[in-house]
Amino acid sequence: MLSADFFYGMEVFLNGLMTGVMYSLVALGFVLIFKASGIFNYAQGVMALFAALTLVGFQNGQVPFSHLINAIFGTDIHHFGWHLPAFLAILLALLVMIIFAFLVEKFVLKHLVNQEPIILFMATIGLAYFMEGFGDLMWGSNVKKLDIGIPQGGNFWIEENTAFLGGEDFYGFYLDTLDIYATVIAIILVSGLVTFSQYTKTGRALRAVADDHQAALSVGISLRTIWVIVWCIAGFVALVAGIMWGSKSGVQFSLSLIALKALPVLMLGGFTSIPGAIIGGLIIGVGEKMFEFLIGAPFLGGATENWFAYMLALVFLVFRPQGLFGEKIIERV
Amino acid sequence: MLYREVGEFKPSYKKDQQTFPIRLDRYGYYAILAFAFCVIPFLINDYWANAILLPFLIFGIAAIGLNILTGYCGQVSLGSGGFMAVGAYACYKLMTGFPDLNIIFCIMLSGGITALVGIMFGLPSLRIKGFYLAVATLAAQFFLIWLFNKVAWFYNYSASGQITAPERTLFGEIVTGANATPEVAYLVCLSFLVVLAMVARNLTRGSVGRKWMAIRDMDIAAEIIGVNPLMAKLTAFGVSSFYVGIAGALLFSVYLGAVEVGEVFGIQKSFIILFMIIIGGLGSIFGSLAGAAFLVAMPVVLKNVMVGQLGWAVDLAAHFEFLIVGALIIFFLIVEPHGFAMLWRIIKEKLRLWPFPH
Amino acid sequence: MTATDSYQTPDGRTIGPNVMEMRNISLRFGGVKAIQDISFDIHEGEIRAIIGPNGAGKSSMLNVINGFYHPQEGEILYKGEVRKPMKPYEIAYQGIARTFQNIALFKGMSTLDNIMTGRLTHMKTGMLEQIIWSGRAEREEVENRAFVEHIIDFLEIQTIRKTPVGRLPYGLQKRVELGRALAAEPSLLLLDEPMAGMNVEEKEDMSRFILDVNDEFGTTIALIEHDMGVVMDIADRVVVMDYGKKIGDGTPSEVRNNQDVIDAYLGVSHD
Repeated sequence: MLSADFFYGMEVFLNGLMTGVMYSLVALGFVLIFKASGIFNYAQGVMALFAALTLVGFQNGQVPFSHLINAIFGTDIHHFGWHLPAFLAILLALLVMIIFAFLVEKFVLKHLVNQEPIILFMATIGLAYFMEGFGDLMWGSNVKKLDIGIPQGGNFWIEENTAFLGGEDFYGFYLDTLDIYATVIAIILVSGLVTFSQYTKTGRALRAVADDHQAALSVGISLRTIWVIVWCIAGFVALVAGIMWGSKSGVQFSLSLIALKALPVLMLGGFTSIPGAIIGGLIIGVGEKMFEFLIGAPFLGGATENWFAYMLALVFLVFRPQGLFGEKIIERV
Repeated sequence: MLYREVGEFKPSYKKDQQTFPIRLDRYGYYAILAFAFCVIPFLINDYWANAILLPFLIFGIAAIGLNILTGYCGQVSLGSGGFMAVGAYACYKLMTGFPDLNIIFCIMLSGGITALVGIMFGLPSLRIKGFYLAVATLAAQFFLIWLFNKVAWFYNYSASGQITAPERTLFGEIVTGANATPEVAYLVCLSFLVVLAMVARNLTRGSVGRKWMAIRDMDIAAEIIGVNPLMAKLTAFGVSSFYVGIAGALLFSVYLGAVEVGEVFGIQKSFIILFMIIIGGLGSIFGSLAGAAFLVAMPVVLKNVMVGQLGWAVDLAAHFEFLIVGALIIFFLIVEPHGFAMLWRIIKEKLRLWPFPH
Repeated sequence: MTATDSYQTPDGRTIGPNVMEMRNISLRFGGVKAIQDISFDIHEGEIRAIIGPNGAGKSSMLNVINGFYHPQEGEILYKGEVRKPMKPYEIAYQGIARTFQNIALFKGMSTLDNIMTGRLTHMKTGMLEQIIWSGRAEREEVENRAFVEHIIDFLEIQTIRKTPVGRLPYGLQKRVELGRALAAEPSLLLLDEPMAGMNVEEKEDMSRFILDVNDEFGTTIALIEHDMGVVMDIADRVVVMDYGKKIGDGTPSEVRNNQDVIDAYLGVSHD
């Protein structure tokens, strides 16, 4: 008979796997933008936060910029007094993210064509700051609850039906229903995106741009259109990620930091590889949970999830700089 | 016509290579130094010291440090907050472990310890470049903060998890702790800044600085003309971390007096210091100081105007701060990647000709 | 004439014994054979050209010489000794400098600073001395500055001394790059297509500078060039490569009459 510890470890593993799928989802947003524009979009995490804030705002009928309006005009408005159905609010939030994509292209990207990657990277850090201030100004900075009707809490069905595996002390695997939903949605989304980029005309154009901007331009692909499309997709991915993380732990600033975990995922998986993002996400998700369970909590005082992913990626990069699936970079003189 | 170099002939290369080749610049610099050392200490009060002057001097040091690494050597670091924490905790351990050690030595040694930690985290820079490295430095940021949070030895097992600076004196004047006067704290920080700025200038104008810039501009060509890339990058990491560590030690011991690591040295600090050098100007010591001054003063001004004058809520001013800083970063990267330093240079070019068009 | 002998050129210059000898060099990238079993030598004071069609392995050859690529087979003799595998920066300290096909200047620095970087191998003061910046560090800086000014005068680029090189036109950038390589006082100077992309006038200028460098400083030069006319005019001896193999080696007139070379490269009809 296997010990209860083993099953507990199994449970940690499964939970890690599901967290990993979420990481993969955010990482995918990064990979898409990176592949199409060579931009390492630091703002992806804040985009998820902004999308979630907007969704909650629409759902609860919050008045945008109410704090500012109240401060300037001495009014006291907060809500329109309606509650939108989740589905409508999601559509509106998506619309906002699409408008956002247009604005980013118009005011930022257009002016930074042909800049070095590191400059673009720093510009997205600036963008992240801007959006954070803007989002808070628009919707307020208090922690918000996000509920679009996905059930939460332990899944009894799985718990009951896995209890037989262990001994008397084992009550079955505890898995959060929300996580299971999130996993399923993420899997659907990931397959959808892969299909899109591999089999549609736009997807092909997107990959062409990724390979060589100049060459893509010369065969008649509009770089700007592609960028808008890519940022729209990234906005959509951010919205989905925002919904999932937001439902789980509330919509608040830390949401943008959770999304930062996608960075080590990318370093592990390679910045240009979609399968890399997925597998990297799973490795990091499982790795950090298992490390915390086996070493972090018993020996190091816990909370190792904060840095484990980065350290793993750092150590990994020293030995394989191009990541698991990235192409080897041959340096030429 | 007042500002010009006509009639100034440099009889030797030595004269041509000095820090301020134009006479007027040189006098301006002496005047500012004299004002900072001889006048401000008599005018200073608690509010000015704590709101503007001390943070400006301390972040000025950190910004010069990061500029050496990022602006001169081209290695972007997002771990400055973590390295400042190393400086602060090293200083705390030295102050409490060796109570008789002079505070100035404590601070210098803290810088040295931070330099070693920086070199350690700089080692991967040989293999990874650009934003890969930037993300890798995040590992330092998160790991170091976690370390100081979790390992009780670093905060001497205090119940609150905070570190508090004990009282230390220099020439009979109290420098650290609650009883230190603003003018003493100011003079200590100012002296550090002036000396470190001169050191940075000397390092960046000689062969060491040229090695860094060669690596920044084209690492392969640099290697082929005889720059050892690992050594160049590691010295940049070391010197940069030394500065950042001293800034952290000063921030903790002279300015704040008590520190909770996650609050003071979080990732936001890393970004703010990076923003200082982007806004001020990459690869410029003057720019580092200008950027630090701007980002220290802006929130204070915003707060005074919005909260003090208009009576708005404090959090609104904070949101605006984020919004403005973010927009400015993008603006500067698009319009003038060399920041204030370049704007200043352009103004000077114009002044040389004024009032004539050519 | 054996490999190590001195010889006289037609215009009466005496060429010394060899400084570098490549013995049976082979270089592969995965399955691609960039260089196959190539041997040749470079004598002291001569201008040695390597020519060949695109993809013949010329640039790879230069990269082997300055240590950027390490050949799988063969050995390199430098100043009479077999050279151990070295990093490029170590090779720079051995006195080998080069320019690049696509200009590789330090764009953020001025002309003066770019050429000063060429002096790095001659600057010895450490970091601590530079921090204090008086005595040795300052003296060393001034001495090297004087040397660099000499090169600036030689290349006639005084007016752009303090201009950031990013703003300079192509021809001048090429000249600054030559200056940077010369600043190292190399015993062997490698030039990778020094005249690529230049107009006739600029080519003439550059040819003159190359000849002057060889003449005034006695610098040994190995260069890669596409322009056959220029090569035949300035080179003492020529190596011809094709598909990674050596197909000819000798004086310009010998090479010009070599049937393999004509077939592979010059494309002159057989009559």
